[in-house]
Amino acid sequence: MQVIQVIINGILLGGIYALLGVGMTMMFGIVKLTNLAHGEFIIIGAYLSTVLANAIGVDPILTIIVTVPIMFLVGMGLQSGLINRVMKIGSEPALLVTFGLSIILADAMLLIFSADAQRANVPYNTASLRIAQGLNISVLDLIVFCISLATIIVLSIFLKKTYLGRSIRATSDDTQAASLMGVNVNRTYAIAMGIAMATAAIAGMCVSMKWVYYPSSGGNYLLTAFGVVVIGGMGSIPGTLIAGLILGLAQVIGGANYGQLIAYVLMVLFLAVRPQGLFSK
Amino acid sequence: MSEPMLKVEGVQAKYGDFIAVADASLEVPEGMIVSLIGSNGAGKSTLMDTIAGLHKPSQGKIYFKGEDITGLSADKIVVRGLSLVPQGSRCFIRMTVEDNLIMGSFPKVVRKKCKDSLERVYELFPVLKQKRNDLSGSLSGGQRQMVAIGRALMTNPELILFDEISLGLAPTTIKDIYARIKEINKSGTTVVLVEQDTQRAIKTAKLVDVMLKGKVVLSGKPEELSDEDIKKAYFGI
Repeated sequence: MQVIQVIINGILLGGIYALLGVGMTMMFGIVKLTNLAHGEFIIIGAYLSTVLANAIGVDPILTIIVTVPIMFLVGMGLQSGLINRVMKIGSEPALLVTFGLSIILADAMLLIFSADAQRANVPYNTASLRIAQGLNISVLDLIVFCISLATIIVLSIFLKKTYLGRSIRATSDDTQAASLMGVNVNRTYAIAMGIAMATAAIAGMCVSMKWVYYPSSGGNYLLTAFGVVVIGGMGSIPGTLIAGLILGLAQVIGGANYGQLIAYVLMVLFLAVRPQGLFSK
Repeated sequence: MSEPMLKVEGVQAKYGDFIAVADASLEVPEGMIVSLIGSNGAGKSTLMDTIAGLHKPSQGKIYFKGEDITGLSADKIVVRGLSLVPQGSRCFIRMTVEDNLIMGSFPKVVRKKCKDSLERVYELFPVLKQKRNDLSGSLSGGQRQMVAIGRALMTNPELILFDEISLGLAPTTIKDIYARIKEINKSGTTVVLVEQDTQRAIKTAKLVDVMLKGKVVLSGKPEELSDEDIKKAYFGI
């Protein structure tokens, strides 16, 4: 029974890991940009969610109705106004810009919210569902997993079935051929960044309910997102989900002492043996 | 004489300091098949990319249906009815055949016609209907070229530029694709063919332009141009 419990916990943790990485993998796959500020975007999402939930007294989950459109528009503005311009010079300056952005955002959050630990309070924080003798599922973990899975499924359907989604995939394949089909590549990049930030808003909301966070927590989530992208394959949405589950299971199996170690050994192994990831794109 | 559908006036296009197209001028009358031939490095593909908006000209003017389209980006030119089938097909290899074709209907002005255009493409290339759910990356070179042509047709073009469409294909496939190009032209679409296979290009076209070192050095109807004239213009001898 204990083994089943570990597997369930690992899968549930893997769901949020996949969500942490999905925005980053989109930016890798479509814009070919390593967004080093993705961790900070997640923490901004967490703060926005907590502040809003406290201000209007609603469940943090409902805050995504507001935070997702805001983060989407900010992402579009950031890509069109700054990163697209820098990318004309090359991908390295764009990488440095996102690095600079991560420092600026972390410092700005420190100024605004102080270094105090934060966590959103939800009534189901400690609630659990008893499935069998010795087998329980945390309600919060289950909710977070369902939100992560739903986000990834909706994103996959959007990319597969809509004109805009197809144009994003086409741009990731061949920018010139996409522009010959009437696609404005810079606008597509901006939409991709908008989507990446929208997923960061959802991930941030989940993080705020599940873990304690600080203005400087972005780096930890960036590393997890990197692990997901490396294992899943850059640009692959299904790969993100599988990689998230692998990392989640590895972390839970390894426990508090070896969880992180196993996860990062896996990441290094993938980089050495299969650098294109499981679902290479 | 009526205004040509496409008019290129003294266009220059560069890659850094290298001048790929020096001073190219040509006219494409409506409804015709025009072949642009020339040896490797003559600047044909760069000229096509420049007309289609993939490359910005450093000098000269390009008019399409009388409107100045010089320097417009490719996404703005395609909605005006000018489409390019680029060299090497450039299919979206991780997308299915049908998704590739539907991408041709991305411009809002042609989305309503997507279903009809798709049927038209499947009629023209029945093999694409059979392989509609296959990834285009898994297709043969000829089939990929069909996808690229179909995708361009989905944009509902009045003028299609075909860049080196026969490159690397088997002779039977080339023959088949050229037959389809004639059908496309018969249905009212003006065609520009860029080719290294001079015989085939001359045989297919109603007008021939020869490019040499970035310039159009010879122009005329195939029956008016002697083999000797073409050879001289082609090789610059």
